Amino acid sequence: MMIDARGLSCPMPVLLVQREVKKNQTKTVEVLVDNMTAVGNITRFAVSQHYEVRTEETAGEYRMTLWK
Amino acid sequence: MEKTQRGFAGFVKRNWLVIVSGLFIGAAAVVLSALGNPKNMGFCIACFERDIAGALLFHKAEVVQYFRPEIVGIVIGAMLMAMIRKEWRPQGGSAPFTRFLLGMFVMIGALVFLGCPLRMVIRIGGGDVNALIGLGGFVVGILIGVIPLKLGFSLNRAYKQKTTEGLFFPILLVILFVLSLVTNLFAKTEDATKPGGQQAVWYAALLIALVVGALCQQSRLCMAGGVRDAVMFRDFHLIYGFISIIIAVVIGNLIRNTFSFGMTGQPIAHTDSLYNFLGMALVGWGSVLLGGCPLRQLVLAGEGNSDSAVTVFGFIAGAAVSHNFKLASSANGIGEGPVLPVLIAGFVFLAVLSVFNSKRRA
Repeated sequence: MMIDARGLSCPMPVLLVQREVKKNQTKTVEVLVDNMTAVGNITRFAVSQHYEVRTEETAGEYRMTLWK
Repeated sequence: MEKTQRGFAGFVKRNWLVIVSGLFIGAAAVVLSALGNPKNMGFCIACFERDIAGALLFHKAEVVQYFRPEIVGIVIGAMLMAMIRKEWRPQGGSAPFTRFLLGMFVMIGALVFLGCPLRMVIRIGGGDVNALIGLGGFVVGILIGVIPLKLGFSLNRAYKQKTTEGLFFPILLVILFVLSLVTNLFAKTEDATKPGGQQAVWYAALLIALVVGALCQQSRLCMAGGVRDAVMFRDFHLIYGFISIIIAVVIGNLIRNTFSFGMTGQPIAHTDSLYNFLGMALVGWGSVLLGGCPLRQLVLAGEGNSDSAVTVFGFIAGAAVSHNFKLASSANGIGEGPVLPVLIAGFVFLAVLSVFNSKRRA
């Protein structure tokens, strides 16, 4: 599952992740964001939901992988 | 690459910066008041943008005209920090005119209460009970704003822009600021008994605000985000910043012997609880739809977000409307203009926007 949350205001990126996780109980979620605020928000949410998080930066964008 | 850290070490890693930022801002607010800024108003984004609107003669309320260095400092501090950390990005195009209108109404609400969310927190730290009532309104406004968010509210995406689009706002601010220092083009309140005339020396204000802007850029501190995230995600990260500001302000006021608990006789505040509540409810709801409080909009504008730059101009326009049509409150109470109809218009605007922009996306 890949969520494209680039260019969205707070808190839409983490909200989209929350919605996906709640609705589909997804074990692995990939998210594309373009700012560190969203990275921080999604990381804290992931930790609270007992997901592992990995973030990779390429050309000013961040690809985050959440899994458990 | 970052691996998840849990437990106390993880908590400290994720929260220390927002706590340090909160403590610094609280202390800075007390210091700026000691240096000459109005009481319980070491920082106030709404009030200072209102003062700038006055300096530029967008309104002619002679008691609140001054090109506040704090606003310039926050934007430039955030910009420099974002550039150093490679987070500076010219971006925009997410419903700019809607954001302008949101900015106007948020400012009108803030000037009915007499302060942005940051000043509300600083007022609470000074013992001003009216600000607690404002906080009640602010929280209710945020709770209302969270509903459309949950229903899929969006102002659509922002997209990458040319470098100039991200730079024009900070450059314009710096030029205007320099002009305010070296010319007599802009209005400036000279009467030191009036809020606009109470001014910390400009270089101290600028320097402190540069640090605040840099810290806010890295900590993402946001007054509206604190309550919103606690409600929506049980994430108390930003609330720690919020509380840290209050703690630092209380301690600072106790040291300076300026803490005074109560409703009456509070500096630059009125005791009309209904309007304190309604004003901040408008600010809370509007800020949630904007994605951040007025302080956060300044920081985002510094990071290159031109939608936030437009929002700041919405704030400035809102301040002009507030004073030109006597909607802004003063220590004597609410304004003589059509305050209630305009507040209602603001709530109607937010309701219409919330409904029509909340279509769930697949």
